[in-house]
Amino acid sequence: MSVLGSLSQLLEIVVALLLAPLLVGWVNQWRAWLQNKSAPGVLQPYRVLHKLFNKESVLAQHASPLFRSAPYIVFSCMLLASAIIPTLSTDLPLAPAADAIALVGLFALARVFISLAAMDVGTAFGTMGARREMLIGFLAEPALLMVLFSASLIPKSTSLATIVETLAHRELAIYPSLAFAGVAFTMISLAENARVPVDNPATHLELTMIHEALILEYSGRHLALLEWAASLKLFAYSCLGLALFLPWGVAEAHAPLELVLALPVLILKLALAGLLLAEKETANAKMRIFRVPEFLGTAFLLAVIGVLVHILLGA
Amino acid sequence: MSQLAGQLINLFAAVILMLAFAMLSQRRILSLIHLFTLQGLTLAAATAVVGYVTAQPHLYLSAGLTFVLKVLLIPMLLHRMIERLDVRWDVEALINVPTTMLIGIVLVIFAFNLAEPISRLSSSIAGGTLGIALACVLLSFTMMIIRSKAVPQVIGFLSMENALFFAATSATTGMPMVVELGIALDVLVGILILGVFMFQIREQFDSLDIRHLEKLKDN
Amino acid sequence: MAGLLDPTHWLALDVALTVVVAWLSVAVLGLFALRRLGWVAKVLFPAGGAIALLLFAVALVALFSAPQTAVLPLGLPGLPFHLRLDPLAAFFLMVIGAASAGVSAFAAGYFRKGEGTPPGLLCLEYHLFIASMTMVVLADDAYTFMVMWETMALSSFFLVIANHRIAEIRQAGYLYLLVAHVGAIGILLCFGVLQANTGDYTFANMRAQRLTPFWGSVAFLLALFGFGAKAGILPLHVWLPEAHPAAPSPVSALMSGVMLKTAIYGLLRVGFDLLHVQLWWWGVLLLALGLASAVFGVVFAAVQVDMKRLLAYSSIENIGLVFAGIGLAVLFSAYGMKPMSALALTAALYHVAGHAFFKSLLFVGTGSVLHATGQRSLGKLGGLIRYMPWVAWLTLLGTLTSAGLPPLAGFVSEWLLLQSFLFTPGLPSSFLNMLIPVVAALIALVAALSGYTMVKFFGVIFLGQPREENLVHSHPAGTWERVGMAWLAAGCVALGLLPVQFIQAIDPVTRQLVAAGLGSTVAASGWLLVPVDIERASYGPVVFLLGLAASFALAFALVRRLYHGRLRRASPWDCGYPWQTARMQDTAEGFGQPIRQIFEPFFRMQRELPSPFDREPRYRVVVGDHFWDWLYRPVADLVERMSRWIGQLQQGRIAVYLLYSFLTLVGVLIVVKR
Repeated sequence: MSVLGSLSQLLEIVVALLLAPLLVGWVNQWRAWLQNKSAPGVLQPYRVLHKLFNKESVLAQHASPLFRSAPYIVFSCMLLASAIIPTLSTDLPLAPAADAIALVGLFALARVFISLAAMDVGTAFGTMGARREMLIGFLAEPALLMVLFSASLIPKSTSLATIVETLAHRELAIYPSLAFAGVAFTMISLAENARVPVDNPATHLELTMIHEALILEYSGRHLALLEWAASLKLFAYSCLGLALFLPWGVAEAHAPLELVLALPVLILKLALAGLLLAEKETANAKMRIFRVPEFLGTAFLLAVIGVLVHILLGA
Repeated sequence: MSQLAGQLINLFAAVILMLAFAMLSQRRILSLIHLFTLQGLTLAAATAVVGYVTAQPHLYLSAGLTFVLKVLLIPMLLHRMIERLDVRWDVEALINVPTTMLIGIVLVIFAFNLAEPISRLSSSIAGGTLGIALACVLLSFTMMIIRSKAVPQVIGFLSMENALFFAATSATTGMPMVVELGIALDVLVGILILGVFMFQIREQFDSLDIRHLEKLKDN
Repeated sequence: MAGLLDPTHWLALDVALTVVVAWLSVAVLGLFALRRLGWVAKVLFPAGGAIALLLFAVALVALFSAPQTAVLPLGLPGLPFHLRLDPLAAFFLMVIGAASAGVSAFAAGYFRKGEGTPPGLLCLEYHLFIASMTMVVLADDAYTFMVMWETMALSSFFLVIANHRIAEIRQAGYLYLLVAHVGAIGILLCFGVLQANTGDYTFANMRAQRLTPFWGSVAFLLALFGFGAKAGILPLHVWLPEAHPAAPSPVSALMSGVMLKTAIYGLLRVGFDLLHVQLWWWGVLLLALGLASAVFGVVFAAVQVDMKRLLAYSSIENIGLVFAGIGLAVLFSAYGMKPMSALALTAALYHVAGHAFFKSLLFVGTGSVLHATGQRSLGKLGGLIRYMPWVAWLTLLGTLTSAGLPPLAGFVSEWLLLQSFLFTPGLPSSFLNMLIPVVAALIALVAALSGYTMVKFFGVIFLGQPREENLVHSHPAGTWERVGMAWLAAGCVALGLLPVQFIQAIDPVTRQLVAAGLGSTVAASGWLLVPVDIERASYGPVVFLLGLAASFALAFALVRRLYHGRLRRASPWDCGYPWQTARMQDTAEGFGQPIRQIFEPFFRMQRELPSPFDREPRYRVVVGDHFWDWLYRPVADLVERMSRWIGQLQQGRIAVYLLYSFLTLVGVLIVVKR
């Protein structure tokens, strides 16, 4: 556990906390511009968080301690996830504690807690949101696991640091299995982060809500933590995708100069990813809820085919 | 350089398989034609790369022929056909998309398994992709079987021909030019005849649902 | 057995036998205090629990020592009881001891009033049940094994029909006994094949035999049939969802948590210990059956409306996963890849231990709920976290473990199993290589769906608003119940946070079965679980938990410091519709509806739909099992037809019966003449 390692770990956590709302703001900005509307500014999510933290938290009369602690638990899960994904560097002291499978487990933990919290208040919205969230989760989680599998078959390791290092070091190599995995990963990210075409993050119509239905009862600092956690989740997924499919630019151990360079490279890659996400959200319409299992089933099967293609072609 | 070319061919093979799967699960006819066009483009590119690596100039000719035929001519014909048949925005019901995809996976495993000993013997640079090509053939065939409207069936037939062409290119070093020209002509004529056929079906039954053809049975 | 009266020379096996004798004496004492509930509940059951802890401790010691054997002159003359305590037996004794300790403590607080069977009789049957399970694991010859297996089946049958006044419970008990005996026939025939015509039924003799592949396969298939019937594998699973809910909750906990494991023990004993060579297609068969059971179990669990049936189907799923792990171990072992086989076997055994703890915890939790509310149906529960906080929070730990979430026990076994799948592209057969990713995908799907099921289970029972008015009068659990549940929950947490230590405990078992183990590789990395190589994969549950706890604490503290902690209570958001009732939350059917829709071919559904013209519209959906129509009814019809055909022999006329005797006599004379 070197000094450089601890420094890069701390830097990653701070960068994740600070940049995640900026990423959401960037995506919203572009979405508005692409739809010919004027946007509130890239820093709007920060203002929203500040406003929410200052507000009083209103809880339902019979909400249990589970309801009150769930936002903190979800926030901690997302923070830990951002800490173990190699965004800036692969020399992370926390990374050996959780490999790719544990990362999927971490997302599942957050999902279970938010669904339980939504069921806690006992209204129709909360339970409907919980049911839909678990439905998406039960299809997206194995698909994500298979995507990570196909990525881990190449370096024969599930440790994210090893995967990124191996993929970054091969000479410009094109892996067909990763092509399948990439398409599947994009579909899964859209579903898990509650983006169009699976869920509209700006909707407040009960029949179309999934993520919004889960956090409907929260207000004040709890809502602020959940919104921050959602932006951390988007940040984590984007960084995971960049780490698996565009791993160049990530610093490695014993290379302090690369760490300095890694930050601008990351910001550039995230800006591009955000732009692509905004374009995808604008160009597609939201799917009907019962088409979502088909969408995710397709992602799952594409990921499985990716693994099969790897076994066939050896690449 | 030849390693990069080998990887490129593998990538194109994966893209062709992905497009075959996408066509299997696609509901809208217009998107089907776009996917078919993309598949033709990938096929032309793959043939060109194989031609470059094995230094066989006649493969460049096949690539060009594929491009002209499969990316320009046939999609144009198909677009004109669906405009006149007025099925541009048609959405049809399949058997349940997840079931079709599961059938697809089983066929892919079967094809991969079948092709493995053959691809080990192949001398071509793209030998490993024979399994993928075989899988695409089976998937296109499945598409022809499970669709209930005429236009997707035709596209399935064309996509199967694409996959066979790719199989030929990957397992050997391409078919002799004469055979290719013959096949290309056959495909073109086939499209024209099928187009006429579809108009006739439409006139007779007022719909392109091929299940109506069962009425022609002698009872 | 020499020096029995000198405690310093006691072997672990002697202590284990003492444990059995102690349990039997507790059982007999219960017989003398037939209706004295206080004595039975407050003295005898806790005593049984303490004895179980002793078993756990002695088994832990025995795990790391050499195998010990003993011959008891009980049983028939010329057929004494052979007993053996080797690492495999010791591991399962640990599981039995630890799980029964918690369940016995719970049972001390649970049996409150007489429920059809007097408490003393329940005490007798209960302790006989756990004593016979211990003896099954210790048995070293076929005779002892079968006698103890039968005792186990019979005592559990009587426990299942404890509330024998209800007809459904009697039917469930009958079905259970029927399938248990069909399985027992399979096991008996398997032992018959294993002894290979030598007439000596001891396991030592069977180990010395070298069977041909044909007879080895026959033995394996018979063992799979027999032990699979007891474990609840497809298609012999139909008794599980009937019998486990019918029994009282501590008994359901024991049956699901411990008895199913004896079937796994039997399969491991026959498959790896008594049969020396494993064939690859055995592994594929185990893998296929295990996966089919896992998928089936979890899909059915997701649509249940009775909380105990949900847990029973979930047990089918978990046992299916264990079978899949064992199948993978057999497959690797058949190809000579011993370290990989050890990894898969470790995953399966870890899941065995974890399941014993979390399933028992969940069942006893439902027991408390049943006692407090009198309801088993999920449609009449809700909001119990406010009235039964201890039960709720401890059951939450069990739920999270069952869903396979880090850093608890369920995740470790799932992690190990998925790791063993990653190494499979090394198999010689390309077809198997391609099937394995599909199998891994299915296991991931099963794990995700079990998360869905567990959220439904916990959310509908404990969260939300009470669906019935009388639920507000539910009383919280008593001290003994809390002690039992806390012990089981502590087991789930310990298994999750200390995988390195537990894998070192499993190491002797895998060394005995496949001659390879993870112990040395794992011991090298201290707190981090590294099965092969730190570059390949690693998992540190303690660091994981500390990371989560630290961010939780930091977030809480910072928010309170920089902002404030003001709170206000109000009614929940009703979107302008003020007449919201508790009935407007999701029901259990509603929560399971997406699964019913996606997995429709799995179910045989009977729907009763309301029409607009009904005076009192009713909606009813009954989700049934296809296997009754596909397998059981045809077999039952066949048996009935055959018995009716044979019944024609019973003519009722004396002359005909005398004719039968005469024909038999003539036949015997002809045969003797030859």
